[in-house]
Amino acid sequence: MNPVLNSALNTTINPGMAPVATPFFFYLLAGLAIAGGVLVITRRNSVHSALALIGTLLSVAGLYLMLYAPFVAAAQIIVYAGGIMVLFLFVIMLVNIERVSKERRFNRIWPAGVSAACGLMALFVFAFVKGKALFPDRLMTLRESSNTQEIATMLYGERGKMGQYSFGQYTFTFEIASLLLLVAILGAVIMTKKKM
Amino acid sequence: MVPITTFHYLVVAAALFVLGVIGVLTRRNVVIVLMSIELILNAVNLNLVAFSRMWGNLNGQVFSIFITVDAAAEAAAGLGILIAFFRNKETINVDEIDLLKW
Repeated sequence: MNPVLNSALNTTINPGMAPVATPFFFYLLAGLAIAGGVLVITRRNSVHSALALIGTLLSVAGLYLMLYAPFVAAAQIIVYAGGIMVLFLFVIMLVNIERVSKERRFNRIWPAGVSAACGLMALFVFAFVKGKALFPDRLMTLRESSNTQEIATMLYGERGKMGQYSFGQYTFTFEIASLLLLVAILGAVIMTKKKM
Repeated sequence: MVPITTFHYLVVAAALFVLGVIGVLTRRNVVIVLMSIELILNAVNLNLVAFSRMWGNLNGQVFSIFITVDAAAEAAAGLGILIAFFRNKETINVDEIDLLKW
């Protein structure tokens, strides 16, 4: 058997003491995230949409913290809520014309769009129901612990693997990502320039 | 109370994904279409991190960082295109972006 699977099964059979407030915070953050998502796609004013999206991103960052992923949560807040959303707000400021907020919000074929999305949701439900066999319940249970050493391992992997991954095993991918960012910066500058 | 499992996170991610798809397919404002794409990418990230936690393996988290980088690049390029388009046609309506249609 796969060693990773084996260790996951062993640890979930003997779970440690579970934190008390976890379900409450999960439902709070999940509710905020989904409510923000609904506001993003229904608000008439795009600034309100952007603010709702910031709320969703921060709630998702909270969910990352609950999943013992502090680095991803920090990157989410810094890059998304700090960087990308400021870019969005600047563009809204540059292109927001009065006419847009008085027009219809949804296009003419919105029933088709909504039914396609419902079909996608049905596909997800089908996959989840069928996937129960693939991921048994004892595997889906998330391991909790009150042991400091174990919590540190869950947070950072063994011996701080996160940095090892991004500069060791994934060095090439990392370089490709920086190249992608460079190309995106150049593209954005060149496309927004008035005269070539 | 029921303990929180990976399944709960998958349901939240699926809901965010579907909301993003509805936004992309139905809204007429390009800025909000781009924001819906960000919602979709976030749902994918949440899935990756939840599975990474389930397996006790950090590969999923590293992958989600790369997806965040991808989202930043996509937002920069998309908003650049949007500003160039706005300069030409004075609109940000998806229905009126038909320069390549004939």
